[in-house]
Amino acid sequence: MKCQKCAKPATFHITDIIEKGKHREYHFCDEHARQHLAPPEESLETPSIGDVAKKLIVNPPGSLREPSAADKQVCPVCQITFLEFRNTGRLGCPYDYEVFRDELMPLLESIHGETRHSGKVPKRAPRNTQQQTTLIQLRNELKRAVAAEDYETAARLRDKIRVIEQDQVR
Amino acid sequence: MTLDDLTRTSGEWLRGTGPESDIVMCSRIRLARNLADFPFTNRGSRTEKTEIESHFRSAISAAKLELLYFDVNSLSSLDRQFLVERQIISRELSGSEGPRGVAISSQENVAIMVNEEDHLRIQYMLSGFRLNEVWDEINALDDQLEENLAFAYNPSLGYLTACPTNVGTGIRVGVMLHLPGLVQTKQIDKVFRALQKINLAVRGLYGEGSQAFGDFYQISNQQTLGKSEQELIRILTDVVPQVLQYERQARQTLVTERRQHLHDQVSRAYGVLKTAQTISSEETMLLLSSVRMGINLGLIDDLSIATVNELFIQTQPAFLQKLRGSELGVEERNVARASHLRSRLANGRMATGES
Repeated sequence: MKCQKCAKPATFHITDIIEKGKHREYHFCDEHARQHLAPPEESLETPSIGDVAKKLIVNPPGSLREPSAADKQVCPVCQITFLEFRNTGRLGCPYDYEVFRDELMPLLESIHGETRHSGKVPKRAPRNTQQQTTLIQLRNELKRAVAAEDYETAARLRDKIRVIEQDQVR
Repeated sequence: MTLDDLTRTSGEWLRGTGPESDIVMCSRIRLARNLADFPFTNRGSRTEKTEIESHFRSAISAAKLELLYFDVNSLSSLDRQFLVERQIISRELSGSEGPRGVAISSQENVAIMVNEEDHLRIQYMLSGFRLNEVWDEINALDDQLEENLAFAYNPSLGYLTACPTNVGTGIRVGVMLHLPGLVQTKQIDKVFRALQKINLAVRGLYGEGSQAFGDFYQISNQQTLGKSEQELIRILTDVVPQVLQYERQARQTLVTERRQHLHDQVSRAYGVLKTAQTISSEETMLLLSSVRMGINLGLIDDLSIATVNELFIQTQPAFLQKLRGSELGVEERNVARASHLRSRLANGRMATGES
C-alpha cells in the first residue's frame, strides 16, 4: 500500500476515533505519519481557562439547536436564563447554582473531575442565605420600580431592604 | 502615595530574592470571592457595583488593612495599562466599564481587584518560590476581609463564582518561571505538554491569552473544586522543582557544549541594551532574557537580577509614557526605551576576559 500523501510505501496505519462509533483510517509513510501525529503548532500555550470553559459551556456559534427546556429555565432571583449562561459562560448570581443545579453538576464534573468542595470553610459562614437571596431579589424589584417611576413601591422596597440589611449587620 | 509615585518604586516580587529566584521570578495566589447578597458583576447595576465597592472599602478600613485604593473607573487608559503592566490589575478589569477598582499594598504584594469577573479577586505575590508563605498570607487576608463581608458560599460547592471554572476554592496557584535554557535547547514544548497532561496551565507573562515573552512562563492549576487549597498548592510544589531541574540541565548543556557561543550571545545582548539609541519592546525582552540568564551563569558580574527584573516592566509602553509624562507614539517609545535602558545600565561595566 502506498502512502496517502506521497509515493512512498505506507508503513503506518492509523485509525483516528472522531467520535463515538465513528473513525477514519489513514495510511502514511514514516514522514507523513509523523506530521499527522504531531500536535498542532499553536497548542504550545494553554488556552485560557475562560476558553476551556467556553468550549465546554458555550453553544458553538451558528449552532441551530432548538433551545431545550433546560435552556428556558429562569433564575427567579437574577432573571438569567440557562441559555444566557450557555452563551456567555457566566452565571448571574450565587442562587443560580441552586436553580441550574441539574445542568451544572455534569459540567462541573467535566471541568474539575470532581463535584464536591473540599477546602476552606469561611469562619463566619453567611448567616442567612435566604435573606441574602431575598436582598438580591428586592434590589432587582427596586430597580424596576424606579425605572417605571413607581416611587411609592420603590420607597416601600427601599425600607424592606434597609430592614434586612440592618438585620444582617447584627 | 499616588499612582504616579509607583513609577519610582517597584513591586517586591521583582526583587529577585527568595528561594530559586534564578528561575522563579515570583509565586502568586489569587482567590475569587463574591458578596452573598449581590448578583455577580456581569449582572450588577451601576448602583449595585458602587455598593459592592463601598462595602469592600469599609471592610478594609474596619480590618485596618493598610491598602491604597485606586478607582479604576476614573483612571485614564494609560494609567490602567500601567497597572496591567505591573501585574496589579487584569486586562479584563482595565477594559471593562462601570464602578471598579483595585486595592494594593505599598510593596505591591497585595492587589485586590473589585468588580472584575468576580466581586473580589484577591492576589498575593512574593518573589522567589514560596507558595506556602503566599498561602499563609492570603489566607489570613481572606479571613480579615471575611470578618466584615459575607461571601457567597455553599457547603457542597464551596465559594460560588461567576464562572463555574473557579467554583470551590476559587484559588489559582501560580509561579512565574524564566526558562531561556529550555527555550534555546528546544525542549520547552515537551515540558509544556507534560504539564498540560497533569492539568496545569501554561501562559505568558501577562496571563490569559498573552504570548510568552522574555522566556517567562506562568504555570498554574486549573482545577478548583474537589481538592483543598493545600492539595492544589502541593501539586505545584511537587512539579515545579522538576521543571527547575530541567531548566538547570538545559543551561548546563548550553554552558558545556556551546560556552563561547553563549558567552558571545549574552555579551552582545548586554552591549546592545547599554548602547542602543532606539529599540523595540520585542527586542528588549529577547535581550534582557539573555542578560538575565547570563547573570545567573556568572557571565555578567556587574548587574543585579533585581535591575533586570525591573527592566522587563520598566520597558513596557505605559511605564515609559508615565516616566516621560506624555503620550508617545511607537517610534518615540523606542527612543525613550533605549534611553531608559542606557541610564539604568550605565553604571555597569562589561564582564571582561574569557572565563
